[in-house]
Amino acid sequence: MLAIEGVSVSYGAVRALDGVALEADTGMITAVLGANGAGKTTLLRAISGLVKPSAGTIVFDGVTLTGMPVEDIVRHGVAHVPEGRGVIQELTVEENLRLGALWNLGRRQRRAAMDQIYELFPLLNSRRHRHASTLSGGERQMLAIGRALVAGPKVLLLDEPSLGLAPIVTAQLMAVLRDLTTGSELTVVLVEQNARSALSVAQRAVVINLGKVVVCDSAAAVAADSDLRHHYLGF
Amino acid sequence: MSFFVDVTLNGLANGMIFAAMALALVFIYRATNIINFAQGAMGMLTTFIAFSLLNRGLGYWEAFFASLAIGFVLGALVERVLMRPLQGKPELNPVIVTIGLLIVLEGIAGSVWGNTARGFPPAFSQTGLKVGHTKIAFSHFDVFIVGAVLALMVATLVLFRGTNLGLRMRAAAFAPEVARLLGVRVGRILTLGWALAAVAGSLAALLVAPTASFSPYFMDLNLVFGFTAAVIGGLDSPVGALLGGLITGLSVSYVGGYLGSSLQPLGALALLMVVLMARPQGIFARPEARRV
Repeated sequence: MLAIEGVSVSYGAVRALDGVALEADTGMITAVLGANGAGKTTLLRAISGLVKPSAGTIVFDGVTLTGMPVEDIVRHGVAHVPEGRGVIQELTVEENLRLGALWNLGRRQRRAAMDQIYELFPLLNSRRHRHASTLSGGERQMLAIGRALVAGPKVLLLDEPSLGLAPIVTAQLMAVLRDLTTGSELTVVLVEQNARSALSVAQRAVVINLGKVVVCDSAAAVAADSDLRHHYLGF
Repeated sequence: MSFFVDVTLNGLANGMIFAAMALALVFIYRATNIINFAQGAMGMLTTFIAFSLLNRGLGYWEAFFASLAIGFVLGALVERVLMRPLQGKPELNPVIVTIGLLIVLEGIAGSVWGNTARGFPPAFSQTGLKVGHTKIAFSHFDVFIVGAVLALMVATLVLFRGTNLGLRMRAAAFAPEVARLLGVRVGRILTLGWALAAVAGSLAALLVAPTASFSPYFMDLNLVFGFTAAVIGGLDSPVGALLGGLITGLSVSYVGGYLGSSLQPLGALALLMVVLMARPQGIFARPEARRV
């Protein structure tokens, strides 16, 4: 379980997160929803160590992650797929994937893990040796997620994976997420502005507004609360 | 005609040295967007250390490789001690520090070895090879220069393209934050990049020393030529550095041969200006590599 307690993050005078507390259960998808600028991205950056919280703790399976360098947090099984340009465009598809598991897998295991990703996203297989810059938006997102999965993470942090994707591609992506977590130990924290599609796959949902948690409940309960939807989720 | 051939051959050998210098600059620029103005002075220092080792009776090759190894350590030290604390500050700050380092290193060398020019021995004979009965302006030492720099280029390409370490280095250069999220220890990669750049710079200095007037300032002009080569090559690839080096070497040699050697630095500057005005991204830069 990923437990976040009282986490605050400030950028200069701007407080992006203010005493945020939430839990992401093992084997489940937790959707983090809210308007632009609510602090969703900052939350993921705090978990993966890219920003240092001024207060609070982030604990994963009994290990305190707060204060650890990014590279070490990765080694505790936390994979962060950043928003937008997660893939390294100057590298080929294959090189991007290889990079994902350099830190933990030997050559042979890495090959097997990469072949699994190619099975999961067959489109990537046909583009192995192309530069990532030649991929479409959907393909890039698949590559970014595949590269996060190749090392076999325990926690997957996804930042706006549906951004800029056609609705049908978003639906495919959400289906992949559902398959990945079904019957597995993988914990997913899914940050989305597209609340509707996130709620369709998530078990739990957290709504953030202006750096504070507004509600933390089952995805079904959040989807059913029309006041909440109108106020914070825009549908 | 034979004069033209001689000038061309001379430009070729010089161009290879500029290419090594350019490679050193590219190594660091690609990873950090910093132009290391102390690159030449660092090579000057390690070459003077090799000079002292030779005077103590060490063999040429022992001194040669010791100098490269010292360059490696010096490069890593400069990154850790001088550059690391400036991370996250405006990019001009580290550049100014490298200029300061250039002055300090030349001052140190001047007080230890003196400011008068000396002679540095070549690895091989510097008399021209014979083709048939005519002597050409290309010596055994020039052959060594070409071979050594080509070996450096091939080693760099193999490192970047064929190894996991090279993949980490490229990832850290192109997208440091993403690289960190994938477990790459970007800080260590940066230190290694400075160390390898200093090896390339030391090699360039060792190859220049026998033909230069060997004083603490002997790399100043070569830094300008190496910088010109690096900019022509687009500042982002070993192949660009090599081609940029050859273009600079030949241009400088033709200017020196036909217009007089005192105009050589001016020729390099003119070349630099033309390239920057006509194609600021460099002639050999891949367009995608410069996308911001």
